Amino acid sequence: MTSVHVRGLTKDYRIRGGLRRRPLRAVDRVSFDLVPGRTVALVGESGSGKSTIAKVLTRLEAPTGGDVDVRLDDGTPVRGSLYRRHVQMVFQDPFASLNPFHTVEHHIARPLQLHGRTRGAEQTRQRVLELLERVNLTPAADMAARRPHELSGGQRQRVAIARALAPGAQVLVADEPVSMLDVSIRLGVLNLLGRLQREDDLAVLYITHDLATARHFSDEVLVLYRGRVVERGPADDVILDPHHDYTKLLAAAAPDPERPGRVAAGEAGVDRGAIDNSVCYDHRTRSWVHIDDVAATADGAAHDEGAATRART
Amino acid sequence: MTNTQPLTEPVVQRPPAAGPAARPKAAWRLMLPTMTPWLATGLALVAGIVLFGVLAPFLVGDPDRIRDVGLTGPSGGLWLGTTQTGQDVFAQLAFATRGSLQIGLIVGVLATVLSAFFGIYGAYLGGVADEAFSLLSNVFLVIPGLPLVIVISGFVPRESRGLWTIAVVLALTSWAASARVLRAQTLSVRNRDYVAAAKLSGERPWRVIAVEILPNLLPVLASQFVFAVIAAVLGEAGLSFLGLGASGSSTLGTMLFYAQNGFALPLGAWWWFAPPGLVIALFGTGLALINFSIDEIVDPKLKNARLHRRRTRLAAKGGAA
Repeated sequence: MTSVHVRGLTKDYRIRGGLRRRPLRAVDRVSFDLVPGRTVALVGESGSGKSTIAKVLTRLEAPTGGDVDVRLDDGTPVRGSLYRRHVQMVFQDPFASLNPFHTVEHHIARPLQLHGRTRGAEQTRQRVLELLERVNLTPAADMAARRPHELSGGQRQRVAIARALAPGAQVLVADEPVSMLDVSIRLGVLNLLGRLQREDDLAVLYITHDLATARHFSDEVLVLYRGRVVERGPADDVILDPHHDYTKLLAAAAPDPERPGRVAAGEAGVDRGAIDNSVCYDHRTRSWVHIDDVAATADGAAHDEGAATRART
Repeated sequence: MTNTQPLTEPVVQRPPAAGPAARPKAAWRLMLPTMTPWLATGLALVAGIVLFGVLAPFLVGDPDRIRDVGLTGPSGGLWLGTTQTGQDVFAQLAFATRGSLQIGLIVGVLATVLSAFFGIYGAYLGGVADEAFSLLSNVFLVIPGLPLVIVISGFVPRESRGLWTIAVVLALTSWAASARVLRAQTLSVRNRDYVAAAKLSGERPWRVIAVEILPNLLPVLASQFVFAVIAAVLGEAGLSFLGLGASGSSTLGTMLFYAQNGFALPLGAWWWFAPPGLVIALFGTGLALINFSIDEIVDPKLKNARLHRRRTRLAAKGGAA
């Protein structure tokens, strides 16, 4: 089993504007833990840094500061090609994450071959069909021969999930896995993810902008605003009893069937311009924490002070 | 020239691309252009000239044999007459076509490989490598091609100026524009999620390029290859006409060069200079027609515009009837 400890994660992008370059801090001192069998949800609007965290976690981007520590149960750090095997990702857009040129079989067989999970063409094919059946794509043999344009959005996302599982992933980063899907099939895909998580005891980072599915699907919720965590705690606490203005705004933005046709922002009594993302409410300690003190208290765990200092400068 | 016509027959019967009704099964099918009269004409022209260049040299006599007839017009025995020194123009045309196609193919392959390397690899790597490759192709882009080719060809002594020298010189001056187009395309493809997913699976960079990115660039590459072949055949003809071509080679350009030197035009010997000129023109036309069809795959808007034109035409006809 594999767990992930993220401490003081910071990511800067350089934005080119004419001759000058200015840095943009996409993620600022974010800390959380992913443990087997549990789901952490990152909630926030577009541009809040959710996907950047996913990219850093899957090593598609290098962090500017902070630590991503992935360890096996016995404490061995996970490095190199082993990292790719352990940490996998499901992308947001199933229409973009599968190569239109290749068959479904290619997409799943490649990670199997690359990570030495199977030997020989016959065994690989067998494994591909098994994985397709695990994600409820049947008849598997027929599905394997198809190309992405012959599948629906939900089916494509199932292929993407099968691909992520193929190397034997222990940590799954799901970057808005259902936001591009029809409402009618979202629950099916989420339930599939839940089942796979139980079967394989996966640690899941669920990234979303939808509080309802975050509550349904996750154990812990982190609310991100402009790159910083502004509220964190058990899913029910955060969503039913929001403390931070931004979380209140998010909660009010969800359509309420009891009171149709209301404007959300005014409802919550929150002035959007006044939202302060330098403080974070932690439901576990029932206290407010300032971003500059976050190093000492994040998850109550011992913290890499050096990383936080690096991140601040 | 008219002899090439019967040879085109088998080409027209080539299996056409997937029709609009057929459900495409394979990805490569999507890469094939729709069969249109333009494409059929282009394929027929090119296939005819290629067959002529490949087969005819085996069927004709020695192109250099000197007869005691001087400059004579076309006749039953010598279909395209003779040159000033009594050489069979038809035999020369056969060998010259072969020579021109050879150089077109070599340059086409070389230029495509160069542009693919600098365009795709640079864009995929990004950062400093991209900047460097980009700068290099920009420099090559602004170098005026033909003058440079003339300088290099003039600089290399005639005896060591072989077919390959000319091919390399032509390839070096013609890859840059394609590289820029490929770079732009690659920059768009490499940021797609499926490339990220392939990296995430642990694919090596060369495999990401070759297996995930390259197939999506195939139509662009095909179009550029065709264009490079046209440019090479024309460029080589120009060089040879100026007397700067490969030594000892026989191409359509050298034929024109000798025709010019032999005062074919003042003497009214049209059978000497018109056939090579026509072959060049028709080959260029054929490849250009093929290229238009490939362009429709690269930019489906063109295809939609064509279909729209056809629909309006049909509607107008229907309205009139």
